[in-house]
Amino acid sequence: MTLSKATATKLDELAARYPTRMALTLPGLYLVQDEAGWISPQAMIDLAEHLDLSPAYVRGVATFYTMFRKDQVGRYLIQVCTNLSCQLMGSDTVLACLERKLGVKPGETTADGKFTVVEVECLASCGTAPMMQINDTYYEDLTEAKVEQILASLG
Amino acid sequence: MDKEPILTKRMHLPGSHTLAVYESVGGYQSLRKALAMEPAAVIDEVKKSGLRGRGGAGFPTGLKWSFVPKESTKPKYLCCNADEGEPGTFKDRVILEKDPHSLIEGMLIASWAVGIRHGYIYVRGEFLDQIKILQGAIDEAYAKGYLGKGILGTAFDCDLTVHRGAGAYVCGEETALINSIEGKRGQPRLKPPFPAVVGLFGGPTVVNNVETLAAVPWILERGAAAYVAYGTEKSTGSKLFSVSGPVKNPGVYEIELGYPLMDFLNNECGGLRDGTILKAIIVGGSSVPILTAAECEGARLDYESLQQKGTMLGSGGMIVFPEGANMVRLLTRLAKFYAHESCGQCTPCREGSGFILRMLEQIYQGHGKLDDLDNILRVANNMTGNTICPLADAMQMPVVSWITKFRKEFEQYIISGQRGTGARHG
Ligand SMILES: Cc1cc2nc3c(=O)[nH]c(=O)nc-3n(C[C@H](O)[C@H](O)[C@H](O)COP(=O)(O)O)c2cc1C
Ligand code: SF4
Ligand code: FES
Repeated sequence: MTLSKATATKLDELAARYPTRMALTLPGLYLVQDEAGWISPQAMIDLAEHLDLSPAYVRGVATFYTMFRKDQVGRYLIQVCTNLSCQLMGSDTVLACLERKLGVKPGETTADGKFTVVEVECLASCGTAPMMQINDTYYEDLTEAKVEQILASLG
Repeated sequence: MDKEPILTKRMHLPGSHTLAVYESVGGYQSLRKALAMEPAAVIDEVKKSGLRGRGGAGFPTGLKWSFVPKESTKPKYLCCNADEGEPGTFKDRVILEKDPHSLIEGMLIASWAVGIRHGYIYVRGEFLDQIKILQGAIDEAYAKGYLGKGILGTAFDCDLTVHRGAGAYVCGEETALINSIEGKRGQPRLKPPFPAVVGLFGGPTVVNNVETLAAVPWILERGAAAYVAYGTEKSTGSKLFSVSGPVKNPGVYEIELGYPLMDFLNNECGGLRDGTILKAIIVGGSSVPILTAAECEGARLDYESLQQKGTMLGSGGMIVFPEGANMVRLLTRLAKFYAHESCGQCTPCREGSGFILRMLEQIYQGHGKLDDLDNILRVANNMTGNTICPLADAMQMPVVSWITKFRKEFEQYIISGQRGTGARHG
């Protein structure tokens, strides 16, 4: 297999902005992930080939960074910050509400594959704590009612 | 701030992130001025301003720029550090959202001063909205001829590229950041060589924080003397603080350095929420030593005063702790952060952070012994001094200061046989 045409084209455009092909590793991993929702072992091989790198090298880089998903997750990835400011302002309530509503603990995915809940580190939203990120979107100043409302809006 | 703001003065304007608004209040005039000056004179002006790095270490900015060799066979690079991962810190975020052109202009001036033709802005991976705004501003600047070839009709060429991080705190460390842009695992490099000599893609490299670079256009516009009129003799200028915890008005504030901490808390931040009593404050991000409520009295927000108080200005990420905050649980959570973010290259950091986390977890879960506390302190103090990067120090400082200053609370927790309940702490 090879990379999708769209990803290959975008990478070739980006190549002008870096003196090495290796520097395209992170942008490439993002392009693959944005397209497929995660980075499969095969996608790493394809990307490595495109960048003239070894598959082991690309895997080594991908596993270093937490934002590259090496496993499939639920359609909605719910990331709850539980670092200092969020914990001081009530991230316990947010987690408890999610656990109750979805029936999963942090690190787990609902049986229907819809929601995955994880705890994460500070997301630079401490002034609007507690907060969570669902896929690409930040939800801030959370209360129990707000979390329930957000979950309901996701259907 | 009593004086006219430096960094936040445009942020209230509608559309402050756009080029049109930025230009309408004098934007890019500093670049024009800089391009008419000798590069060495620009560095000199920044040196005279006393501007120090706002990313945490407080290193003098002009001096850093002057370390880059003038002649180099390899291209030189500028890296803007927008990784903003230090817990409690969210101040660079507002610059990216509300005033991205000041960062672009600051990067252009820095590049002109140091002889750089390409800059990378390393933005933390979660900042997708901010990346969109920043990229929009960069596109506008290209279209208007502030970026690209022959900038403002001169022979100066300069490109800027946004590089998205991918969720690793240690990538905020400057050499890890460089590795990450190069497409490698984000592990810090042994220094020397320093980035100023061998940095990104092997070329001489300047790494500066967003806020540092965003202050540069004002300094060029008004002159170093005007900047020195802000702040104290050694801590010149203004600084952003991001305030979180149970205060009435959390958020990002610009203050003149040297401002009294308690005045800041009570006046600007509106004081603590009703019914809440101050227990402690971390003034500069989770990695700096904590101050007890008593120590906060009389503290001033500048590099020297805070050093006298045994802590640091750091990133300006201020976290306010109320009476009743469970320090055992919070420190356990914080230890988990550092243990998770340790890149594992150095034994003292890798092993020490893991050991401290396990001990704290045992204590938190009700299986602690009193002498565990001294063991933790001993291990923490052995983590530092022999590592590739200061992440080990960044863990040692909170661990030692929290346990020392709140020792009674830790001891009582152990003696009472309390068990951590509620949601998992990590
Ligand atoms: C573990 C670790 C994380 C860091 N994270 C950041 C960060 O997120 N942003 C930042 O500007 N500096 C961070 N720094 C400091 C950088 O290494 C570097 O000193 C700074 O970017 C230099 O810019 P300045 O002189 O303008 O402050 C971090 C340092 C360490 C050791
Ligand atoms: S001190 Fe820790 S984070 Fe820094 S290089 Fe060593 S192991 Fe990695
Ligand atoms: S501590 Fe949760 S966003 Fe910073």
